[in-house]
Formats: sequence, structure tokens, C-alpha cells
Amino acid sequence: MREIEYREAIREAVIEEMDSDEKVFLIGEDIGVYGGAFRAYKGLIDKYGPERVINTPISEAAIIGAGIGAALTGYRPIAEIMFIDFTTLTMDQIVNQAAKIRYMTGDSLNVPLVIRTQGGAGRGVAAQHSQSLEAWFYHVPGLKVVMPATSYDVKGLLKTAIRDDNPVMFIEHKMIYLNKGPVPEEEYTIPFGKADIKREGEDVTIFAYSNMVFKSLEAAGELQKDGISCEIIDPRTLVPLDIEAIISSVKKTGRLVVVSEACRRGSVASDISAMVTEEAFDFLDAPIKIVAGLNTPIPYNSTLEQASIPHAADIVKAVKEIVKK
Amino acid sequence: MTNISKEAKIEMLKKLIEIRRFEEKTVQLYQTAKIWGYLHPSLGQEAIAVGACSAITGDDYIVSTHRGHGHCIAKGANLNLMMAELLGKATGYCKGRGGSMHIADTELKMLGANGIVGGGIPISVGAGFSCKMDGNGKVVICFFGDGASNNGVFHESLNMASVFKLPVIYICENNLYAISMCSRESVACKNVGDRASSYGMPGYIIDGNDLTEVYETVKKAADDARKGNGPSLIEAQTYRWGGHHPNDPGAYKDKEEADYYKKEKDPVVNFKKKLMAEGIITDRDIDKFEDEIKKMIDDSVKFAEESPEPELDKFLEEVKQI
Repeated sequence: MREIEYREAIREAVIEEMDSDEKVFLIGEDIGVYGGAFRAYKGLIDKYGPERVINTPISEAAIIGAGIGAALTGYRPIAEIMFIDFTTLTMDQIVNQAAKIRYMTGDSLNVPLVIRTQGGAGRGVAAQHSQSLEAWFYHVPGLKVVMPATSYDVKGLLKTAIRDDNPVMFIEHKMIYLNKGPVPEEEYTIPFGKADIKREGEDVTIFAYSNMVFKSLEAAGELQKDGISCEIIDPRTLVPLDIEAIISSVKKTGRLVVVSEACRRGSVASDISAMVTEEAFDFLDAPIKIVAGLNTPIPYNSTLEQASIPHAADIVKAVKEIVKK
Repeated sequence: MTNISKEAKIEMLKKLIEIRRFEEKTVQLYQTAKIWGYLHPSLGQEAIAVGACSAITGDDYIVSTHRGHGHCIAKGANLNLMMAELLGKATGYCKGRGGSMHIADTELKMLGANGIVGGGIPISVGAGFSCKMDGNGKVVICFFGDGASNNGVFHESLNMASVFKLPVIYICENNLYAISMCSRESVACKNVGDRASSYGMPGYIIDGNDLTEVYETVKKAADDARKGNGPSLIEAQTYRWGGHHPNDPGAYKDKEEADYYKKEKDPVVNFKKKLMAEGIITDRDIDKFEDEIKKMIDDSVKFAEESPEPELDKFLEEVKQI
């Protein structure tokens, strides 16, 4: 199968959906000739013109509001917030408006809006451009939260997100846009709420999403040398969450390591750990381990930045601590 | 308003009375605890809702605020469904989930009241994009208050709407008070309408208690928007008769000022007098309208009171889908 970059997979999904549905359009900052901060929209302004590729002033709240208003009146906008850190400027529109409009209006209105954004550390862009804020959105009823790791997943899930009738936070990771992965030529979509087993194994379950899938795969390769077989569960969508897939893997392995780049306090990782404890305590042969980012603003200095987020070695260490038991 | 038919003027008067009596009834129901939570009546501001919504068509959109009952009624909302919602009933506009601040209706192109001050302003930008892309001359009216004009999203949204020449009519209902903060003390320039110049759009400062003036200004702004000339900002100066809500005595308000607006600037009374002076209606007609409207409102209360509460089991099922 051909292999394409993650950002190219995004571009393909957008093109396919824009070609098949004239109600789909793009809105965001620097998405015109510039092609988006990570060039996922390269060339789309030429292909679709400024009517469907709306290059806006720096007005994050108005971008999301524009997406909501267009979604309420028959369109399927994909609104881009360049860095997840900038969603802080638009939280009313996302949390009080997009997430709640359908429910609080008694289903009179609905908001088929995709908010594409990206987060994560590793690029030396410091505390206001490196955060992992998925837990904020995970916490808000009414939002779906999608965090694809691979080219295959990002394409199939973005197409599903665009077709969804409710708001979707589509969170990418800045360190994986150039990763190549297999993507079939033929059209496909991936349903929300269906985890993917990124590696099958017997001894321990590793729950990981977004860039942490790759750190976990690296760790699993290392652990294999020591005869420890890891199963990696990538939920792909945090809301809805395929908790059954996690539980069923834990029932098989009896051990769980939850990995998250986001800092641990109030994290999705903590919630996953709580859910598994509630649902599958009797199947656990060891305490659940959480490998997460440190509770710190992401530092600029590379050594400090790397020390603030999990790496394969941290995952290896955590697995060994519970596999011994 | 010379080109407005007699019938249209009568319809507008009926809507004014309908809003006035509906709001009076909601205050009564609030005081007897039939309506709870928050209630923000639009008493004294009826001419803006009616003038503006009469100047556009049924296909045009409106975006409303927390003080939005008047906008809903002026756009044609069903009083039974509104009252049922205020009483939290399953038959209400929002199935009892939203209450006073979240009434919306797709059919009426009513894109929702809003519990967040300024929250609807960015949404109007998107509806404006939608109308522009559809290319069939529809427009959007975005209502907000003097308080919201100090909010950051006001700037982002008016700037963006103007940059893209979107067909949106921004109507600031300056009722002088954002809860207790007087707009004379909170708005840095003399008038909210002056702010239009920052966004390269026409700004109008009008008497919001004069239905004719509201109607004609909105009509002009809508015509401009339909021609592709972009958005306008209309500051409709008015007065909030009550406190922020029925339990707020409004201790921060000047009594003489309140008396002046109620005695001299009552938008319902003044429009009634105008139509009588024009020989369009008589006292007997007014009595007839009042009777009809009283019946509609009494019926809406009856409908609401007799309607079922939302079912708990259904709620617990619905939660799983969110």
C-alpha cells in the first residue's frame, strides 16, 4: 500500500469531502496561500477559491462563532485553530455555545462543526504553543474529541468528523505531520468510538493516543527483547471512548499502563485509570501505572522540554515495574 | 413609514401588545414561583424587536440575547411553546431543557437566545457567511445590548463581518443598563453607534422606542446588506423598565429617568397613539386586540400548566447519547 504523510492524509480527507459535499468549507487563520501553519491545506485556495477557503483575521472566537453560525444554517464548516493553546481565546464559543446548542434548544438546532487544531510539545515552541489540552474538551458534555495518531486514522476519522452532525474537536499533534503511513487509494471512513489495537500482546496493556502511540510502540519493541509482550490500545477517539476494548484487553493481560503527554493532574489518563479500576479491578494483577507529562508549563530549553513529557524509556520503566509483580 | 400598509401597521401594534402582555404575565408567574431560574423581561424595549423583525422577511435569520422573549414573539414564535418552556415543560420549545435564555426555532430562522452576554455576536458572523454563500439575498439580524458592546467578541465579529462584507445587521439595544452598570459609565465613546466607524460600516444612532424609526433604519440596513454592501451597526436607544430581573429593584437607577421613559417614551402607548392619530385604529379596536391577546396568553399559560414534565427515564436515556 502507498504511504503518505499525516498532513497529506488530512488534505486528502478534506478534498474528498469538499468535492462530495458543497456545504463543506474551511475557515481559519493563514489557510490561504500560506496553506495552514503545517501546510495541510496546501493548494486548496487555488482549488476551491476564497469562498470555500476563508482566510480570516486573527479572531479565534469569531472563527469558531462563524463556524457555529454557518453550521446552524446548513453548512459543514471545518474551523481551524492554529494551536490548541489558542482555543483558550474561544472557550465561550466552544464550551458554552457549540457543545450545548443542540441539547439546550431541545434539538431545535444542531452544530455540524469540526474544530481542527493541534497540540503537543517537542518543537521548542515553549509554554504557549506546546500544551496538551484535550482533557478540557473531554470534560465538556456535548463535544466529541478525536486524537488520531496515524495517516490512516487521521484520514478516516476526519471524514467521519465532517459528516457528524455535532461538534467535534479534532486534535492533531505537531510532531507527526511528516510521519508517513499506509493509506489505501480507495475511500474509507473510520467510526468514532472504535479503538484500534496498534500492537497485539499478552503481558501488559498500554493505553496510548496521538503521538504517545509511537512512543509506546518504541517501548514495546524494547520490552519484547526482554520477553515482555505488550498490547497497545489506541482509542483514537476519547469521546466517544471505546472503554470495552480497554477492559477486554486488561482482562487478557491483567496489567495496564496509561500513557499521556498531557500533564497528569486532571488528565484523561487519570479518568481511564479510574474507569478500569471500577470496571475491571478483579482482573488486575498489579496496580495501574500512569505515565504522563509533568505538571509544568512546557519549557523552551530542549533538555527541559524533553524532560517534561513521557518517552519510550519512561513507558519501559513503568511496564517493568508492574510486570515484575 | 408611508409605504407601509395599514394592515402591516396593525400587525406591528398587535405584536407590541403581545410582547408587553406576555412579559407582564411572565413577571407575574415568576413572582408566584411558577417560573424559576432567571427571567429577563424586555418591558420597555418592545419597539426594537417588532420594528426590526417586521423590516425583514421570514427567511431572514435573527440571533437573540438573554433578554429575548420580544425577539422570539416578533419573529413569530408560538406563545404556547414559549410559555411551556418557561415553565420547564416537555412540550416547550427546548423540551424543558433550556428555559428563558435558550429558545430557538429553525422554522422561524431564530438561531437562539443566549445566556452568555455577547455569545451570539460571533454566531451571527457564521450565519452571515452562510447567507453570503447561499447568494439568495438573505440577511441576519444580531441583537445584543450595550454591555455586550464592551465584550471582546463584539470587536472580532464586527471586524470580520465587515472584512467579508457579510449581510448582518448589528442592533445594539442600549437600554442604559448592563445589570447595574450604566452604559454612560461603561462605554468609552459617546455612543455605541460611533463604534461603527472602527469597522468601516455605517453606524446609526436612533430612538429605539420609536417603532417607525427602528423599522425604517433596519429596512435600509437590510437593503444595503442584500445588495452586498455589508453590515451595519444600529444603536437603538431605549430603556429597561425593570431591574435586571424581576427580583432586582434597580436601586442604582434614577427615579426621574425611569418615570420619564415610562411616561413619555412608552413604545407601545406611543405607537398606539400614532395609529389612532392616523385614523387607522380606534379605542374599540384596541380593546378587541387586548382581548384577543389576553386570551392567547391565558391559553398559553393553560397549555403550559397542563403540559407534562420532562420524563426522568427519557432524560437518563438521552444522557447516554451525549
